[in-house]
Amino acid sequence: MPALLADGTQMTMASTASQTTATLPTEWRDFFTLTKPRVMTLVIFTAICGVLAAPGTIHPVLGFTAILAIAMGAGGSAALNMWWEADIDAGMKRTMSRPLPGGRMRREDARDFGIFLSAVSVGLMGVAIGWLAAALLFGAIIYYAVIYTMWLKPRTPQNIVIGGGAGAFPPLIGWVAVTGEITAMPILLFAIIFFWTPPHFWALALFVQSDYAKVGIPMLPVVAGEKVTRRQIMIYTLLLAPIAIAPWYIGGTSWIYGSVAVVLSALFVVLAMPVFTRMRAETDAMTPEKALFKFSIVYLFVLFAALVADRVAAYQGWIA
Amino acid sequence: MTPEEEREFLRRRKARNWVVAGTLLFFVLLFYAITIVRIGDPG
Repeated sequence: MPALLADGTQMTMASTASQTTATLPTEWRDFFTLTKPRVMTLVIFTAICGVLAAPGTIHPVLGFTAILAIAMGAGGSAALNMWWEADIDAGMKRTMSRPLPGGRMRREDARDFGIFLSAVSVGLMGVAIGWLAAALLFGAIIYYAVIYTMWLKPRTPQNIVIGGGAGAFPPLIGWVAVTGEITAMPILLFAIIFFWTPPHFWALALFVQSDYAKVGIPMLPVVAGEKVTRRQIMIYTLLLAPIAIAPWYIGGTSWIYGSVAVVLSALFVVLAMPVFTRMRAETDAMTPEKALFKFSIVYLFVLFAALVADRVAAYQGWIA
Repeated sequence: MTPEEEREFLRRRKARNWVVAGTLLFFVLLFYAITIVRIGDPG
């Protein structure tokens, strides 16, 4: 409701709020929001899978510290992403209420918070776990905050493919935290998430009306059109299948993971086929695209859970 | 600053201070635990 001022003019709620927030300290919840907590759940899950599936043992305190450092690194780079993209976020409905475009935080506070969290995460990983894992974590933060966010996202419609690389680091770092070395298996875990991201995201992009075009971000469906996006979904789905099965093929896992990977990958291809072959009709419910998107989430969680189950069973001697 | 704004200012500052204190305490305990584990680590 507008407030009546002494001179007879009216002051709106919005102007009252902006005056208030300018002098108030930022809520701690807004700092937490900067870390993109929902994205972090996937980061933590895949990092835990990397730690649990790796051969060898790690003290629970150190295992927890490794996961914490990975989560903090992800949070720090997310904060840097929000700092850099504050103007872009302000122009999109989905992101305009974030702490920076919402006017609840100073821009430099978000930047400093992101740098601080990133630095602490790398230092913690180095001191507690090892400097190879710390170097990978540092690389992941630079990859997401600088190479993806600042450089390539606004320049190429393949930005989601590149962004997928950032999300693919956690299981690799988790694995290296235990073993101290980079071998074929953690690279395959990286590759699985890397090739999973494009069909997952583009399936969503086909049925969710986004504002990316409005703010000048060249998302594939906007720049290249629906037909190309559907073809790219199919290509990446077909590339993903052999990579997902590869850990079994190279002898890194048993039949438990192998059978789950074969079945899940076959289902992924089956669900991607109608997305590839059809075109949007008028008043289209986009059912195949929605089904593929939902399945892609289940796919990743079940695949990584199967990997952990497989490896734990093997290390316990329950299977050969 | 109106009395309402001042109350809100103090509430936010107090909440933030508690979060910072809790985080610092958590890291003190974590580094203590890491040190104990590392001391006992033969490798």
